[in-house]
Amino acid sequence: MQIHSMPQTLAEKILSRAARKASVHPGEIVTCQVDLAMIHDSGGPRRVGPILRRLGVPVWDPERVVVITDHYVPTFDADSEQILALTREWVRAQGISRFHDQQGICHVVLPEQGHLQPGTLVVGGDSHSPTGGAFGCYMFGVGATEMAGVLATGEIWIRVPETIRLEWRGAFAPGVVAKDVMLFLCGKLGMDGGRYQAVEYAGEAIGAFSMQERMTLSNMTAELGGQAGLVAPDEQTAAWLRERGADPGDWSKWQSDPDAAVAEHHVFDASQLTPQVAAPHSPANSAAVEKFASVVPDVLYLGACTGAKLEDLRAAARLLQNRKIRTGLEFWVAPASVKDREQAKQEGTLSLLEEAGAKLLPSACGLCAGYGPQRLGPGQVCLSSTARNFKGRMGDPSAQVYLASPLTLAATALAGRIADPREFLKDVA
Amino acid sequence: MSSGKAWVFGENVDTDQLAPGAFMKSSLEELSRHCLESLRPEFASQVGPGDFVVAGKNFGMGSSREQAAQALVHLKVAAVIAPSFAGIFQRNAFNLGLLVLECPQAHQLHEGDTLAVDARKGEIFNQKTGERLRCAAVPEFLMEMLENGGLVPHLERKLRERKR
Ligand code: SF4
Repeated sequence: MQIHSMPQTLAEKILSRAARKASVHPGEIVTCQVDLAMIHDSGGPRRVGPILRRLGVPVWDPERVVVITDHYVPTFDADSEQILALTREWVRAQGISRFHDQQGICHVVLPEQGHLQPGTLVVGGDSHSPTGGAFGCYMFGVGATEMAGVLATGEIWIRVPETIRLEWRGAFAPGVVAKDVMLFLCGKLGMDGGRYQAVEYAGEAIGAFSMQERMTLSNMTAELGGQAGLVAPDEQTAAWLRERGADPGDWSKWQSDPDAAVAEHHVFDASQLTPQVAAPHSPANSAAVEKFASVVPDVLYLGACTGAKLEDLRAAARLLQNRKIRTGLEFWVAPASVKDREQAKQEGTLSLLEEAGAKLLPSACGLCAGYGPQRLGPGQVCLSSTARNFKGRMGDPSAQVYLASPLTLAATALAGRIADPREFLKDVA
Repeated sequence: MSSGKAWVFGENVDTDQLAPGAFMKSSLEELSRHCLESLRPEFASQVGPGDFVVAGKNFGMGSSREQAAQALVHLKVAAVIAPSFAGIFQRNAFNLGLLVLECPQAHQLHEGDTLAVDARKGEIFNQKTGERLRCAAVPEFLMEMLENGGLVPHLERKLRERKR
């Protein structure tokens, strides 16, 4: 008699391994071994350090900890300087070698520096930690106290999630990108649509997305309310990781079994999706771009881990090349990482943006976190490539933040009002 | 079972409302003074020890900043009662010693109602109306952590036991 093992979803497979069990089942609470922990300057050392001191233990394994500074970068006052100094000191004292100081936003730096491997359990001290799911990692965000617990013990409890499969069949139209997919999904399923379960993006349209586009999907799983946002690894994943010095491991086994039970399975026709915009003050307030044609922004912000990676910059530059943004408009560009920024500079993408009238900002969280001096003023209207437009996040509570893709930002820069990128794509080669 | 007054909020109360970004560098005391001020400016100064925050679905959505839960602990809120919570907030709450109760009928509670809860049983008693509402019983290991005062004191205890 042949023995069939129970079919499992990708999330269940990763958590089975992390819990050192043959199989796990949705709803079960398991204690997992953490493969990697990532923290940043805001929720990291300044918060976890004192807790570890109180517990009287060092980090459980300095090789399994990555520290990245991005929130209070660049420093702007005595407090922020002290936060970064404390971070550096803690990293030294703990003997952590995987430290990336002011190299860009953590969720972009983590994979680009080769720290991720498919099939692993990764915990991040930030809500957009699901970004690691783009590489087939079960990665999720926790607060600082819980992170201190992880750093002290190397363990974390997880309620094994159900899987919500979001399948996109066919192909997206030109001008429609991952950001549009997520704004659409937030509108359709709501910000609690993910129910803190595992979301898995699947289908040929997702497979056709580049790694950075997949990162945008996984990233905004936070806005969808999922715990993790997974894309099963494929040849592209393995090649991308190898290029960055990471070992993709036995990546091909990290797939959902075709007959694994999922809690929800939504199927979408990719060809039907159009560019989306979310109105203030929620990513779930999304609708087709044409509904917003009367909105005239003061500021365009191409920034954040969600929307200013190399490919986002390239997409915007493609529309803006040899053109000028409307006068009176501010167009701020904060490339998501130093590496992406350097590549964009070298290949001429940055100069295309600058010649069009964009102003370059540091590669850090910046306006998206709203922690620094640069904030939106009262009543300012902003179109942003970031993930969330909650009231008061990026500045004054009366500021109006709309969300869209980098392409829609570029089209808006040219039109002076929120515009459909497809109108402008017709004219570029 | 001690009782407290209900403060009612809407759906999707987010972490920027609970712990505004501009005060993230400030002390917990200062930050707590601005807790929920964009929704109800009087909340932080008038909420009493043992009072309850009652809200709509997806309470605590947004960032992982645990100051969102910490501010409520600092203001001595007894529990947050809502039909659903954002996952990270829910974990943070227990880790910091804040009780959160999932109650599908939270909308039946009104501003100013006097409430008492039994988290192990999964019951909310409305002293004003005499009604009893069901809520999800909190798993025993989380209750233990809560009773130890949150994750840190809980771990302190466990690490001490391990050493022995
Ligand atoms: S860029 Fe924005 S969303 Fe990304 S980690 Fe920084 S603050 Fe969070």
